Amino acid sequence: MTTTEMPDTLHRILDYSSRADPYPLYAELRETPVALQDDGSYVVSTYREITDLLHDPHLSSDVRNLSHPMPGAETGATPAFINLDPPEHDRLRRMAMRHFGPPHTPGLVTGLEPDLTAIVGRLIDDFAGKEQIDIVDDFAYPFPVTVICHLLGVPREDEPTFRLWVNDIINSIDYDPRTDPKEKLDNGVQARQALRQYLGGLLEQRHGRPGDDLLTRLANDDGPDGRMTDEEIISTANLLLIAGHETTVNLITNGMLTLLRHPEVLQRLRDEPGLVVALVEELLRYEPPVHIIPWRAAYSDITVAETVIPKGSQIMLMLASGSRDPNRFHDPDHFDPDRRDNQHLGFGSGIHLCFGGPMARLETQIALSELARRLDGPSLVADPPPYRRSPVLRGPIHLHIEQT
Amino acid sequence: MTSADTLRAFKRDGRIVVVGASLAGLRAAEALRDEGFTGSLTMIGDESGEPYDRPPLSKQVLTGWVPADGTTLPRRRDVNAEWLLGVPASGLDLATNQVRLADGREVPFDRVLISTGVRARPWFVESEAALDGVFVVRTREHAEGLQRALAAGPSRVLVIGAGFTGSEIASICRERDIPVTVAELAPAPLVGALGAMIGEIAADMQRAHGVDLRCGVKVTRLEGDAQGHFRRAHFDDGSTVDADVAVVALGGIRNTEWLRGSGLAAGVWGIACDTGCRALDLNGLITDDVFVAGDVARCPNPVYEYRLISLEHWANAVEQAEVAAHNMVSGQADRWPHLSIPLFWSIQFGVNIKSVGVPTFADEVVVTQGSVSDHRFVAAYGYRGRVTAAVSFNNAKWLDHYRQLIETAAPFPPPCPTPDQPVDMKPVPVDFPGPVLLAQGATVVVTGHDPGERRVTAVQQHR
Ligand SMILES: Cc1cc2nc3c(=O)[nH]c(=O)nc-3n(C[C@H](O)[C@H](O)[C@H](O)COP(=O)(O)OP(=O)(O)OC[C@H]3O[C@@H](n4cnc5c(N)ncnc54)[C@H](O)[C@@H]3O)c2cc1C
Repeated sequence: MTTTEMPDTLHRILDYSSRADPYPLYAELRETPVALQDDGSYVVSTYREITDLLHDPHLSSDVRNLSHPMPGAETGATPAFINLDPPEHDRLRRMAMRHFGPPHTPGLVTGLEPDLTAIVGRLIDDFAGKEQIDIVDDFAYPFPVTVICHLLGVPREDEPTFRLWVNDIINSIDYDPRTDPKEKLDNGVQARQALRQYLGGLLEQRHGRPGDDLLTRLANDDGPDGRMTDEEIISTANLLLIAGHETTVNLITNGMLTLLRHPEVLQRLRDEPGLVVALVEELLRYEPPVHIIPWRAAYSDITVAETVIPKGSQIMLMLASGSRDPNRFHDPDHFDPDRRDNQHLGFGSGIHLCFGGPMARLETQIALSELARRLDGPSLVADPPPYRRSPVLRGPIHLHIEQT
Repeated sequence: MTSADTLRAFKRDGRIVVVGASLAGLRAAEALRDEGFTGSLTMIGDESGEPYDRPPLSKQVLTGWVPADGTTLPRRRDVNAEWLLGVPASGLDLATNQVRLADGREVPFDRVLISTGVRARPWFVESEAALDGVFVVRTREHAEGLQRALAAGPSRVLVIGAGFTGSEIASICRERDIPVTVAELAPAPLVGALGAMIGEIAADMQRAHGVDLRCGVKVTRLEGDAQGHFRRAHFDDGSTVDADVAVVALGGIRNTEWLRGSGLAAGVWGIACDTGCRALDLNGLITDDVFVAGDVARCPNPVYEYRLISLEHWANAVEQAEVAAHNMVSGQADRWPHLSIPLFWSIQFGVNIKSVGVPTFADEVVVTQGSVSDHRFVAAYGYRGRVTAAVSFNNAKWLDHYRQLIETAAPFPPPCPTPDQPVDMKPVPVDFPGPVLLAQGATVVVTGHDPGERRVTAVQQHR
């Protein structure tokens, strides 16, 4: 029997008190790979089952395929491609990819390397004279924000404005009607509208103007699939702006925290800079920024691990649990940058595999390498550090360190 | 000594010989060391360089994107082997456990792995095959020669055979803006591998890219000029094509001749083995010390009614090599079967084609996802009401799901709709030109009457 009712474990995971260490609870969850919840949704926590589902064409990313409507789902707005199924998903992602990667713009990500290194260098220069550094506020947040603003063509000065909206949006992603005030949801909806309006304003100025930033290119350049509508551009930009930094902040911060907890690895990174590539992969498995895909919809009946998930059901995929599944990874709770065959779920899998993955990797590789190289005997001020609220996008809200 | 002791001693000091030092051979050697084999390892190969990768030879190498000598296979670990390269093996003696080399040397072994692959089928008239400008593509040298000929700006290229390799080469010619004629005996390209429905799509693709595609015709003669350079091809319908490069892409011939007289079940169809990659002898008995992997192997697959299937697929070579290596150094109880579902990919005319399963093992096919006209779709193949294969055009990310459908003998056509399912989803007959899996002709005769004297003898086949 693979289906039992297990509301307890899931709700303990969602509870803020387990944010610092949800992993023992994930282990509990994995005892029932596909667990039916009271509200009719299914929680999937084991590696094979998660990957099977992510490659299952009957799993829909479109909320409109849920039999019970999602609370707070936007009505009217064009969904971003992350919330669409083929063929629209494929078309929009392809059109966005034209300006972001191979084969049309192959060198974009790798070409950013000098710029990224320079930004990181400046941020670390600013540590000088500080008694305590907050790896989040002083480094892991400003770095990817600067990068994504530059790429998209969003003025960096506007960051304090959209930061508030983004916070409200992130906050509402893991809305739970049983415990959360409706206000949380309303704030999210309002923030989405505000961010759309803001991006729409930027887009208006781009039509008919040549330029190299992504917004301008999306607004003016035709490809084999034609051009996106303004609505589609806004949804895409919205997605890239939020996903382009919210996750990387956590990846870098979780990374630094992990290195400080494993000083021997930190030392190795100083001695063998080439280690950073495998190390970031292991981080994506061991302390990923995205822990949960909070919902997918069963488009048809889906059979997984001998359980039939009925059409229209909500499915919750516990990615971070899958990446710690001992049936897939040897000694999964051990942080091992030498791990081979490390096909983690850090970026998901299948057609929705993280669009910005190559970029997030490069940013994190550079960030951690430079921190390791330039920090002098860093140590944690508090372990565990304080965490953000979200169990979905999980990471410390501050990471204070001191140098010797 | 117990059998565990014997195995331990073999793993420590045994002698393993690998014949055929390419993809399967190298991966097996690496896996043997990973498995803890510390004895002596000898790699025998008739090509002189380091093992290299073949798929890029008909793709990136021909565009000039990757140099022919830039396809060396990455080493996953040091294999610490003795490499006997540039000399073919010419015989296998199972009575004395020795591999004979063409230069007269003999190499003794305790266990041997055979991974001699296939070679390109040459043009059937030797003097015509020898004309300047006539190519096959199997080795690095072939690809280098053809790449040079393409770079010289030929007025037209003739590709004979529209299987995967031929179609890939035609695609590259168009990419380089070289006029190209493709001649194919079947009614469409790729028909032998993927059936008539996909064949028609492939034909449209070729024509849309400006290929002069001629199907249902046979090339009968290659004509050269006074300097011995290829100039013209004659077809069986009386027509001709003028070109200065001809690429013969008529498939491969398995490299098994050197095993004649060895007593192994080896012939034009490959070397038969069990799912543990242990070779069968002519009588169908499993040998203990002879293993096979890669294009030359012919392995039963329980999913496909235990039929012996040989595959010329990259992934198959790697997986069989790993299973063979494991079994070579493991006791009976720890052996692994090679049960993976076949996987193949190709890139042509900007489309990534990928398949799982055995599409020829099918009677019906249906487009289950996407759109044929956009060249973005998945088609599932079925045999007597169960899913046996799937092919994707620019849509490979779903194939893991279809692999599962194959493994679980899911019903065909798949009953559940997907968001991108075509409205008119309807299975059609798969329509292969002939029963491809079975028709290889008689290869043996059985002699004797009493159970103790019944034996099989090989008949040498004419091709
Ligand atoms: C042009 C081309 C494109 C391809 N593209 C794809 C693709 O896109 N996707 C895919 O899945 N597969 C593709 N393949 C197939 C793939 O390359 C093969 O499946 C793979 O190379 C098989 O490896 P192998 O080691 O079994 O055989 P081979 O690579 O054929 O190696 C056999 C080796 O043994 C040597 N040998 C033969 N006889 C003897 C002897 N008597 N003594 C010593 N050595 C001997 C041969 O010279 C050769 O070096 C392609 C192949 C070619 C030629």
